[in-house]
Amino acid sequence: MPNNSIEKLPTYLEIPPIKKNSMAGKGPFKASIDIQKDLGFPGEKVDNWQQIAIDKIAETKSKYRSVQVFLDSCMKCGVCTDKCHYYLGTADPKNMPVARQDLFRSVYRRHFTFAGKYFPKLVGAKDFDEDMLDDWYNYFHQCSQCRRCAVFCPIGIDTAEISMAAREVMNVIGVGQKYPNQILGKINKIGNNLGMPEPALRDTLADLEEEIEEETGASVKLPLDIKNSEILMVTPSADFFAEPHIDGLIGYAKVFHQSGISWTLSSYASEAANFGMFIGNYDVMRQGALRIRKAALDLNVKRVVVGECGHAWRVAYSFWNTLTGLGSGGSDEYSLKLQNQLDSNYPQPQHMIEFTYDLIQRDKLSFDKSKNDHRVVTFHDSCNVARGSNMGDIENGQFILPREVIKAACNNFSDMHKSTIKSATFCCGGGGGLLTDDLIDLRIKGAMPRMHALKQSEQDNGVNTLAAICAICKSQFSKVLPNYDFDPYMIVSVHQLVSDAIILTKDSET
Amino acid sequence: MSSISIFFTLFFYFSVLIFITGLSYKIVQYWNTPAPLKIPIAPAPLTKPGVLLRLAKEVFLFATLFKSSKWTWLFGWSFHLALVLLFFRHLVYFWPGEIPLILLKTEPLKYAAYPLIFGLLGLLGRRIFVDRVRYISAPSDYLMLLLIFLIGASGMVMTFANNHPNMLLVKNFAEGLITFNWSELPSEVIFLAHIAPVFFLIAIFPISKLLHGPGIFFSPTLNQVDNARKKRHISKWAMQKEKNTKIDLEQNQDEGG
Repeated sequence: MPNNSIEKLPTYLEIPPIKKNSMAGKGPFKASIDIQKDLGFPGEKVDNWQQIAIDKIAETKSKYRSVQVFLDSCMKCGVCTDKCHYYLGTADPKNMPVARQDLFRSVYRRHFTFAGKYFPKLVGAKDFDEDMLDDWYNYFHQCSQCRRCAVFCPIGIDTAEISMAAREVMNVIGVGQKYPNQILGKINKIGNNLGMPEPALRDTLADLEEEIEEETGASVKLPLDIKNSEILMVTPSADFFAEPHIDGLIGYAKVFHQSGISWTLSSYASEAANFGMFIGNYDVMRQGALRIRKAALDLNVKRVVVGECGHAWRVAYSFWNTLTGLGSGGSDEYSLKLQNQLDSNYPQPQHMIEFTYDLIQRDKLSFDKSKNDHRVVTFHDSCNVARGSNMGDIENGQFILPREVIKAACNNFSDMHKSTIKSATFCCGGGGGLLTDDLIDLRIKGAMPRMHALKQSEQDNGVNTLAAICAICKSQFSKVLPNYDFDPYMIVSVHQLVSDAIILTKDSET
Repeated sequence: MSSISIFFTLFFYFSVLIFITGLSYKIVQYWNTPAPLKIPIAPAPLTKPGVLLRLAKEVFLFATLFKSSKWTWLFGWSFHLALVLLFFRHLVYFWPGEIPLILLKTEPLKYAAYPLIFGLLGLLGRRIFVDRVRYISAPSDYLMLLLIFLIGASGMVMTFANNHPNMLLVKNFAEGLITFNWSELPSEVIFLAHIAPVFFLIAIFPISKLLHGPGIFFSPTLNQVDNARKKRHISKWAMQKEKNTKIDLEQNQDEGG
């Protein structure tokens, strides 16, 4: 069992020499017939899969400029080769971003370009055969779509775009990954990734209210489906049950309590996560986003706030306005209706960190920072927040705001090495639909660069707490921290730090 | 005209034809392909001037490459800069009619051949000796470097080793190509070895990785403004989906009421 062994961390993070096929294999578990059909994909690999795949590639590159431009424009300079945490952790050359893209690019060249059609060997063009499909399935599921390579590419080529397109092509021919596709089935039927129905959610929230009151004496509420609330809170469903996520949820509730602003969760849209992004399917991603639009309209709220979830925030910040009109500037019927209802004094949607930061700026929250004095905190920039979103509408706000919130609640904060944070942050190793036990070996190896930086911080600055704002990061770290000889409980939500230090007003009844 | 002159004249027009049609095709293709989602990559500018500044830094300074790998930047940037300088050095040959004064003063630019060769050898060395870069290199990646090396080396032999062909012939041939007033070209092998790979390179531009030139301007990660919340960004095909789901809004109203 790899999960019980302690991985040795190198003294310096070195670029490993390539070890061909070290991660070759069949990839993660495949989705069953039922799971695939639930999403409208073929249940099993279709007979004429090659033709259908080629047609799908043609369609995808005609709909996504990113795919077309990125397939053409790589000059193989190779500066991305040492930027991927999976390459650094596994040394498999097909985990180098350009080599991963080349699995797609070689097929593109063979079927769509002059040079690839007539001089395939010369330009590295390859047929889309069974072996190639195996490599696609294996290695496009060893990409967490974290976009670190894109930060370092002189042309801005984003492997995540290629990996999303590849997964979409594979789904269309009936070769889907079990983990994300099963979860997408649950959200479509029940409203969240866990398949947690409304009564269970209501019970959980009631228990939490009791717990908080016992602990603090303040009657902090976690309202569900309350119409005409000021704020609709959409958060990853892991916040409702998983550790350490749930302490973050308690943190949001305390902040809302102190703000005096009414808020509600929705049982219909009880999930901020949107795995539709991971499988590169616009329609599936849009369906998830439409649930939130519907909840916002039904509950007649004035603001939509998103909880701590990395890719959810990327989807919310960068894509919701596109997918649903939730945001400003749209002129169609839906957008106008939302704009009419939502309060234009606030950005829509807003991140919980932005909400808390704003209250801190306006001196609306008070903290007893000594409550966190047993901690030396560092912050893990989650890739989707760091590289695919913004906060506060100021340059680099997504790096500034979370750190400011932490510093407001903690006396001891220390950043990890600068080559491993902010836009250059290393992925936790479990993003992009890879947070599944059948990929545990990959997850442990992929976490190595982040763990290495953390170990340095532990040694140099006594860091003992790792704060994050992403449900996947939190789950992944809880699992892999012990493999690197860390305490699994050192990972916390940023809003857990807020929760532990915030001073509550006890007579307030909100 | 000698058959070799005819061959090279035709070769030139053939290459330019492929270059213009191929490149126009690719640019129109990129232009017409929608970018349905906002995917700017951090550190993403929040304004349009910010995007222009970012692209300028990428195109003129290779800012990201500098961040990623200092050696590759040194080789790549000196090589590209040398190419630009040498292009200006060669304009004088093609300029039809009276030559502007500035073009007569470009002689010192010939020394750009040194950084050109330096950069090329560096890039080639990287491709050969760094195992990761060797792994991702196809034969065409080496050939492309060798081709440009051949151009640079033959040019240097003519310029610095006193092997000039008859410059009047060169001027007449080059200007003739532009003015459709064709004339004989110097038939020294070294000169032919200089222009043949140039013409070939022009021809393969739109069908090879040289497309990274226009590609960078169309790269959505680099050319988008990070303002998704403030401005709705939607492609035509996605708008069509929106129209097809009118029912959504009505359901909202029904259940909400």
